[in-house]
Amino acid sequence: MAYTEKVMDHFANPRNVGEIKDASGVGEVGNSKCGDIMKMYIKVEGNVIVDCKFKTFGCGAAIATSSMATELIKGKTIDEALKLTNKAVMEALDGLPPVKVHCSVLAEQAIKAALADYYTRQGIDPTPIVGEIKECDHDHGCSCEI
Amino acid sequence: MRKVYADNAATTALDKRVLDDMMPYLTEIYGNPSSLYQTGAIAKEAVENAREKIAKLIGASSPLEIYFTSGGSEADNWAIKGICSALKAKGKNHIITSKFEHHAVLHTCQALEKDGFEVTYLDVYENGIVKVEDVKNAIKDTTALVTIMYANNEIGTIQPIEEIGRVCRENKVIFHTDAVQAVGNVEINVAEQNIDMLSLTGHKFHGPKGCGALYVRRGVRPDRLIDGGGQERTRRAGTENVAGIVGLASALELAISTMDERNARLTKMRDRLIDGLLKIERSRINGDRVKRLPGNVNMCFEGIEGESLLLKLDMAGISASSGSACTSGDLDPSHVLLSIGLPHEIAHGSMRLSFSDDNTEEDIDYILEQVPPIVDYLRMMSPLWEKIKNDERNN
Repeated sequence: MAYTEKVMDHFANPRNVGEIKDASGVGEVGNSKCGDIMKMYIKVEGNVIVDCKFKTFGCGAAIATSSMATELIKGKTIDEALKLTNKAVMEALDGLPPVKVHCSVLAEQAIKAALADYYTRQGIDPTPIVGEIKECDHDHGCSCEI
Repeated sequence: MRKVYADNAATTALDKRVLDDMMPYLTEIYGNPSSLYQTGAIAKEAVENAREKIAKLIGASSPLEIYFTSGGSEADNWAIKGICSALKAKGKNHIITSKFEHHAVLHTCQALEKDGFEVTYLDVYENGIVKVEDVKNAIKDTTALVTIMYANNEIGTIQPIEEIGRVCRENKVIFHTDAVQAVGNVEINVAEQNIDMLSLTGHKFHGPKGCGALYVRRGVRPDRLIDGGGQERTRRAGTENVAGIVGLASALELAISTMDERNARLTKMRDRLIDGLLKIERSRINGDRVKRLPGNVNMCFEGIEGESLLLKLDMAGISASSGSACTSGDLDPSHVLLSIGLPHEIAHGSMRLSFSDDNTEEDIDYILEQVPPIVDYLRMMSPLWEKIKNDERNN
């Protein structure tokens, strides 16, 4: 298993690590049993995500995909952020080993969870807009609830 | 940047002196040991000298009890499948092993389970040591084989081999031990320790990869695993890996002749490293602290994940390994760490450091300097660590 240079760069120098104290939305996905948790913070002004930060417990790919996901949505409109796919995160990292694809899914879900929280705080039901948030994308028979 | 190779349980560097001993058999003495002409005869003699050396070094009563294999996995497969196949007709269809064996043993037992064998997987408890009493209680009329590893590959715990062997002997059950991690690192005497079959491999003690051996006590007859020519007295076919065999014997001789001095040195280094790393909050040592290989350190750091720790260590020039799911290519953490009762989330944050003759006190200093800030850094970005700290505050 080998990581691309971009994955290693985002692992070694992750962008946007931390928390946003007055975040507009916070989302957390994954669980400790499976070995990865991602927590995303977004700050929305008008219709634009002006800031995005993350904290991740997980492997190199989990950290790199979180970092890349924050880069991909920062400065974008909410509509653009809603269109973020795990594929886009993977492509931006020049690919992931097959066993690590679930990390990119988790990153996409973490962004969606933060957006869902943003809508919930506005009193808007997020499900029709954001869709169902998957807690875990594992298919290894773990007891994670999907 | 300093480089520290601390993954000697995975494999070791080939000793230059061993390579020198092997070199003639990789160059001018290329004959097939089965051939009659001069160069074949010389190769044959080298193989037999190596066999004699290894037999003496592990306390076998005759060189005829040593069979060369391609390594530890083959030796384990042969011992287990061979005995089960030989004894099946006699109504023996039960195997006793432990929960934390190497996959070469576990997966072999699982394959036999599919063929109708019953397998008892013994507990290894929190300290990572099998209880002799449990072995005794698990033996029944149908037991064909007990296979318990000598020392665990991840946490380095050393099993009560002699006592397990005695119980097996008393109950007339064959006892195999996967001693891949132990040979060359601890004193072994197959005769005194009541061992019927023992697997070993050269690359764990500065020998070459791709060459190991199975010790089979006279009178014990595992069925053949590899059919073909009449090599190894018709027990294991295939042209001998002459250079590998010469290297295996030479490396074992070196390892055993320097064992006492090395173990005293490594034990001191190991204990200093464990004490130093335990100063990191919410860290723990996995497996018995005393009954463990002199060069093995296995720790968990709560709130972080093992693969990212290894990648960070690698960037600092330190080669280590982890039982984290992410390093195994699997999605579950190490079965060894789970077998000693660690919860998944803690098992994900494990690190194994394993040392050999090539390591120094300066390596330990360097690791002690590098690990704490890396753990801190990963914890700083870990939401799990944040939770652990919040829970601490709330309780």
